[in-house]
Amino acid sequence: MAKMTALICRECAKECPTEALHVCELCFGPLEVKYNYDEIKEKMSRASIEAGPKSLWRYKELLPIEGNPTIGLHAGMTPLVHAKNLGAFLGLDELYIKNDCVNQPTLSFKDRVVAVALTRARELGYETAACASTGNLANSVAAHAAQAGMQCYVFIPGDLEAAKVLGNLIYRPKVVEIEGNYDDVNRLCSEIAGERRWAFVNVNIRPYYAEGSKTLAFEVVEQLGWRAPDQVVVPMASGSLLTKIWKGLNEFKKIGLLKDVPTKVNGAQAEGCSPIATAYKNGRDFFKPVKPNTIAKSLAIGNPADGYYALKTVAESQGAMDAVTDDEIIEGIKLLAQTEGIFAETAGGVTIGTLRKLVKQGAIKRQDVTVAYITGNGLKTQEAVVDSVGRPFRIPPSLVKFEQTFGQQGAA
Amino acid sequence: MAKLRFHIRFPEEKIPEPVIYQIGHEYQVVTSIRRADVRETTGWMDVEFSGETEEIERAIGGLREKGVLVDPIELNVVE
Repeated sequence: MAKMTALICRECAKECPTEALHVCELCFGPLEVKYNYDEIKEKMSRASIEAGPKSLWRYKELLPIEGNPTIGLHAGMTPLVHAKNLGAFLGLDELYIKNDCVNQPTLSFKDRVVAVALTRARELGYETAACASTGNLANSVAAHAAQAGMQCYVFIPGDLEAAKVLGNLIYRPKVVEIEGNYDDVNRLCSEIAGERRWAFVNVNIRPYYAEGSKTLAFEVVEQLGWRAPDQVVVPMASGSLLTKIWKGLNEFKKIGLLKDVPTKVNGAQAEGCSPIATAYKNGRDFFKPVKPNTIAKSLAIGNPADGYYALKTVAESQGAMDAVTDDEIIEGIKLLAQTEGIFAETAGGVTIGTLRKLVKQGAIKRQDVTVAYITGNGLKTQEAVVDSVGRPFRIPPSLVKFEQTFGQQGAA
Repeated sequence: MAKLRFHIRFPEEKIPEPVIYQIGHEYQVVTSIRRADVRETTGWMDVEFSGETEEIERAIGGLREKGVLVDPIELNVVE
């Protein structure tokens, strides 16, 4: 029997074949991958994982592909850093940073989901990859498609910053700028995904794509010495990442690699786009869509597809959610850089800012083994901090001037 | 004949109105509600529209004119 048995509706549990489907034909609920855990349990052990490749594919038995991986062979196995300096600052003894700033090849966690999505897309016979994106996802799809020799279409809003457009064009996909507002772009992309036989990674391939995020849970467990953390802090855009980290932890328990999962899953958003965190704060089990207005562009999803499930996950794990202002995001970016030497993009600032709030509120305690997920590289969003990091010291080429400026501080 | 799926949201003041019924009468489209959650202050429905593509687009325009919010079934696909 195959390890991947069906796509199953998250609402009505109707099962569908493992094809390029993302919505239940009966109730229109979202589909996700169903596995035969008994068979996986036979094949997967701590030893077999440790003997696997130094990439996310060491967990391939729990990933939705039928054969061997063919695309994105270097994604994953990013460092888990024991953040002693930041931990001391925040009052946490066991704080760890899962650093996907250095994920390969495009320096964000999207390389995980795209590696899985395009490997599966190839298995399903697709020759064209596509996505609608304003940043990290587009970079990753374009890069992986280039490496795989697939045709690639990237749809972007017409008003995107030049640097972000360049970050896509370098891989030579067909970049399509769509005139109109965000809602127009969104609607057209959904319609194109329905019309063309393309692997639209976050639309018709979404059930497979989303599974790649589980590897952020698997790696953390392995890197912590085969234990689940007490607390995780996860940035939320669509909310999918948070739900899949929870799914990954529980899958390890199902196949006997973890005895228990005591993890509290905490969600982080920017105040300028916090539909999920606001619903949590108001005690609602549903969210109200918003128009995003935040510097954290990679989290600016006002009508998040997995928002409902993120609320459910946090409730189930007894975690919490909070949101931070743009100023707190910048402070978070600077704090992480200046304590741990890790330059995160704005989503990382959201995670660190929210972590700080949750510690202050007492939701996360000193002795908790806590993992903060940093999902993208700061070099991609330099504009967010350019006005708040100061300027270089400018001096003439003179030793006297240097010593006047710095005194003996620079002496060895 | 096309079949398109949408996620429709109702602001509080629109909840008492039979909007889906009205659209079925005003345009040549057949509506099929697959899931819904309508409460005192808010509500949503996942609905399939069947008909000619242009007529469905006109019906969606009609819904928006009535003050109802219409999104793709996938919600936000731009990431």
